[in-house]
Amino acid sequence: MSTVGYAAVAGQIVVVGAGAPLLTGWMRQVRSRLEGRAGAGVLQPWRDIRKLLGKEAITPAGTGPAFRIAPALLVATTVVATALVPLLSTDTPVSGHADLIVVVALIALGTLALALAGLDTGTAFGGMSASREMTVAALVEPTILLAVFALSIPAGTTNLPAIVTGAVEEPARLASPAGLLATAALAVAVLAETGRIPVDNPSTHLELTMIHEAMVLEYAGGDLALVELGAQLRLTLLLGLLSSLFAPWGIATSASWTTLALALVLFAAKVALLGAVLAAAEVFWAKVRLFRVPELLAGSFLLALLAVTSSYFLSGGS
Amino acid sequence: MSLLRKIRATGRVAEPAPPPPEGEVPEKARELGGSVQVRCVDAGSCNGCEIEIAGAFNPVYDAERYGARLVASPRHADVALVTGPVTRNMAEPLRRTVAAMGEPRLVVAVGDCAIDCGEFAGGYGVEGAVSDVVPVDLQVPGCPPEPEAIVAALRRVTGR
Repeated sequence: MSTVGYAAVAGQIVVVGAGAPLLTGWMRQVRSRLEGRAGAGVLQPWRDIRKLLGKEAITPAGTGPAFRIAPALLVATTVVATALVPLLSTDTPVSGHADLIVVVALIALGTLALALAGLDTGTAFGGMSASREMTVAALVEPTILLAVFALSIPAGTTNLPAIVTGAVEEPARLASPAGLLATAALAVAVLAETGRIPVDNPSTHLELTMIHEAMVLEYAGGDLALVELGAQLRLTLLLGLLSSLFAPWGIATSASWTTLALALVLFAAKVALLGAVLAAAEVFWAKVRLFRVPELLAGSFLLALLAVTSSYFLSGGS
Repeated sequence: MSLLRKIRATGRVAEPAPPPPEGEVPEKARELGGSVQVRCVDAGSCNGCEIEIAGAFNPVYDAERYGARLVASPRHADVALVTGPVTRNMAEPLRRTVAAMGEPRLVVAVGDCAIDCGEFAGGYGVEGAVSDVVPVDLQVPGCPPEPEAIVAALRRVTGR
C-alpha cells in the first residue's frame, strides 16, 4: 500500500513539475492559433527555463535576503502544496495532513515571499506591484477558503482528500446549489491568484498595468527561471485543485497501480482541457481596470458566502 | 459570438515560415538554445523602426514562433534591439540598459540610423552610432528595415 501511496505523491510532484511549463506552452499555443499566429510550440517555456538556468544571475545592489530567498520559497511552498493536494490519489501517506487551511496558507506564503521581494528591490514598480498583489491576495485567499468550506460542510471535515473521496462516492453533492456556487467562486479566485486575464495580464509590457510581473522585473538568470517555474506550478496546481474538487472522477481512491495510471492520464487530460478553455476565454476578455478588480473579487466572495450558506442550510436539515 | 465568427472566418494569417536565414550565427547566440527574450531600446529613433519591429511581432510575421519574445525588463532580456542614432540624453540610459542584462547578451542595431547615424549624422544632439556607445553584435540595415529583415536577424540569434 505504502509503495503505491509514495508513488502517487512522487507522481503528483513529477507530473506537475514537468507538466507546468508544458501547460503554459499549450495555453500560449491555443491563444496563438486563435489569434491567427503559428505559435512557438508547447516546448517553448522549457527552452526558456533551460536558457535562463545557463544565464548569469544578477543580484541588484541594495537588495537583501527577502529578494534572494523568494524564488526558492515560492517553488518550495508550491511543491509541498502539490504533494498534499489530492491530484492523482486520495490515499497517500500524506493525505492525513492535506488540510485545506494548510494548502491555502502555503499558497499565501509564496505570494507573500514574492511581494516582500518586490518591496526589497526598492524600485517604484516593485513596491507598487507588491501592494497590488497583497490587495488581490487579501480578497482571494478568503474566497478560496470559503468556497472549499462550502464543500467541506457535507463532508464534515476540511481534509481535502476526504472532501474529494466524498464527492466521488456521492456526485450529487457537486450538482447541489452549494457545489455550483462554490465552483464559480473558486474559478474566479483561481484566475486572480494565478494572475490571468481579467485580473492581470501575464504578457503585458506596460509596467503601470502590471500586478504580478512588476514584482519580478529585477530577477535574472536562474532566479527568474525559478520565479517563472513557480508561477507555472501554481497555475497547474490550482487548475488541478479545481478539477479535483469539481470533477473528481478518475482520481484513485484506493492504492492500486492501475487506478493510479488511469488517474494520471485523466488528470493530464482534465488540466489540458481546463487550460485550453482558459486560454480561449482570455482571447474574448479584456483586462478589467484595477479599481474594478475588488468588485469582481467581492462578487466571487459573495458567491462563496452564498455557497457556504446554502450548503449549511440545505445539508444541515438532512 | 461575432468574435468567434471572425476567428473562424479569418483562420491563420501567419505567413509560411521562410527558409532559415543565411549568415554566420554570433558565437554568444549558440548558448541561448532557441529562446530569446528581446528588450527594445529607442535611443533617438524617428519611430519608423519601432513600427517595423511591432510589425515583426504581429500575427502575420509572428517572430514569436521562432522563440523570440518581447519582455518588459532588461534583466529578463538576452537581446537589446536598439533603434535610432544615439542622442546625448540616451547614451547613458543605453549603456545602463545593456549593463543590466545578464551574460550572454547581444546588441542588435536596427535601421540605418543605428548603424551609421543615417539622416541624422552630424546633428547637434547626436552622440554617435550605437556601436560608438555599446558593442554591437548584429546589424539590420534599412530605413526602415522591413519586418522580414528584423525577423531574419532574430532567427539568426534564436537559431530556429
